[in-house]
Amino acid sequence: MTTIDTARLVAMFATIATAMSADRDRLCALDGVIGDADHGIAMELGFSAARDAVVALDAGATDPTTLLNTAAKSFLNAVGASSGPLYATAFMRGAAAVKGRAMLDDGDVVALFQAMAKGIQDRGKAEPGEKTMIDAWAPAAQAAGETLASGKDLAGSLEAAAQAAKAGAEATKSMVATKGRASRLGERSLGHTDPGAASAVTVIEAMRDALTD
Amino acid sequence: MQTKKIINDGNRAVDEMLEGILAAHPRHLKGVDGSPRSIIARDGPRQGKVGLVIGGGSGHEPSFLGFVGKGLADAAAIGNVFASPPPDPILECAKAVSGGAGVLFMYGNYAGDVMNFDMAAEMAAMDDIEVRTVLSTDDVASAPRDQRQKRRGVAGNFFIFKAAGAASDRMLSFDECERIAGKANDHTFTMGVALSPCSLPQTRRPNFEIGPDEMEIGMGIHGEPGIARGKLKTANEITDEMLDRILDEMAPTRGDKVALLVNSLGSTPLMELYIMNRRVKQRLDDIGVPIHATWVGNYCTSLEMAGASITLHQLDSELQTMLDHPCDCAMFRAD
Repeated sequence: MTTIDTARLVAMFATIATAMSADRDRLCALDGVIGDADHGIAMELGFSAARDAVVALDAGATDPTTLLNTAAKSFLNAVGASSGPLYATAFMRGAAAVKGRAMLDDGDVVALFQAMAKGIQDRGKAEPGEKTMIDAWAPAAQAAGETLASGKDLAGSLEAAAQAAKAGAEATKSMVATKGRASRLGERSLGHTDPGAASAVTVIEAMRDALTD
Repeated sequence: MQTKKIINDGNRAVDEMLEGILAAHPRHLKGVDGSPRSIIARDGPRQGKVGLVIGGGSGHEPSFLGFVGKGLADAAAIGNVFASPPPDPILECAKAVSGGAGVLFMYGNYAGDVMNFDMAAEMAAMDDIEVRTVLSTDDVASAPRDQRQKRRGVAGNFFIFKAAGAASDRMLSFDECERIAGKANDHTFTMGVALSPCSLPQTRRPNFEIGPDEMEIGMGIHGEPGIARGKLKTANEITDEMLDRILDEMAPTRGDKVALLVNSLGSTPLMELYIMNRRVKQRLDDIGVPIHATWVGNYCTSLEMAGASITLHQLDSELQTMLDHPCDCAMFRAD
């Protein structure tokens, strides 16, 4: 069984930030088709701010909950936009889910992950099928929980989450947007991947890479 | 290929712009210590007056902070380019303008803005500041008529904020300010047309593609796709197409007065706006709808996008009183 400490979570934010910088222009291009072309900028900015804020903490004297709340606040204040409240809420809910734990075991990490997805859903009030990031996050959270319950370890659970997220993002191509900026397009949103779902895949894959050996 | 812009650093563009704005308008505007994205009117907020906080993403100048001043908004919270401000600068605006009579949040209807302003409103409530929200939904192209509450807020903000700002400057009650703001929104209708894209300072890439001979009717102020793309037509044809939709919805009867805004999305010059205005006047004359007041120019832009919008604000005696109320802002003045 893996145990994840605060230092490992600091490294996780660095991994996500690097992945988001690499993905920025692709996400902006996706957003340009059905939105306002700034999604990659917001995601890169938010995770860079979160990384910088958590790196500045004394990892030895900080518990995961404090780290996640710090990441949430810095992400929100750097970004605003839609992704700010959504990811800030995700990390705050994740923080609450692991409150009191200094070291996270497999079950804790999956609980954190599921709380993130729930936070995004509660804040954005989106349901699966509306062509939003929830179409990646909801199946990913479900897959992580089911895989862990079936007896697999954290690596297997996060791999299942990443695959479910990817399939979910792919499925947004055949959805008509009914939530968020693209919803004004109606049928014209068909055929295009939702940028929020696409960036969710990047976040989840980076979490998988950072949290498994 | 990257677009050309006069900037130093794309990531610093908004903050450097704000420094320049405060330097240019010291008589009207001031910042908040420790919250550089909160811009407050020097003359406006006062005890017993409903505070009016507006805001949204940058890139729409003179919206939103150009409309901060006596008789209009008391403060604007400033986001990154095309992105809602986060809750903290919105909350700082609310605190700075609260005069004990409530604070009204007014902004365009976008998912991101709604989440951030709602979070700020919850935080303000913890500081015993009562906040109410009136969203602008004037973009006729962005949802069908029976789903008006889903529409985007665009250039019509100008009239909607103006009515609410006048109501609060006249020391009307919180209920009255909220009611008049909502009524102003219901009476405001905008249609836009885009001819060429804009580009964000951070990417300097065109944010959508459009053919050299094409236009897009109904495009949003962030380049969100509109309702129809076609070959570029003449000014009269474009104006007619936009006006037909607005009038169909507004359904004015002969003698109904309107106020008119012909707005550039950024790079379309005054010459073209006045050619459009000429046609609007002809059309409204034809149906016997007098124009009480006209504004032509840059009021709600989309960086350097080429294109324009037409907004009609249908007046009754109350809204006309609010429109005629004087205001003195950094980038807009009415006597």
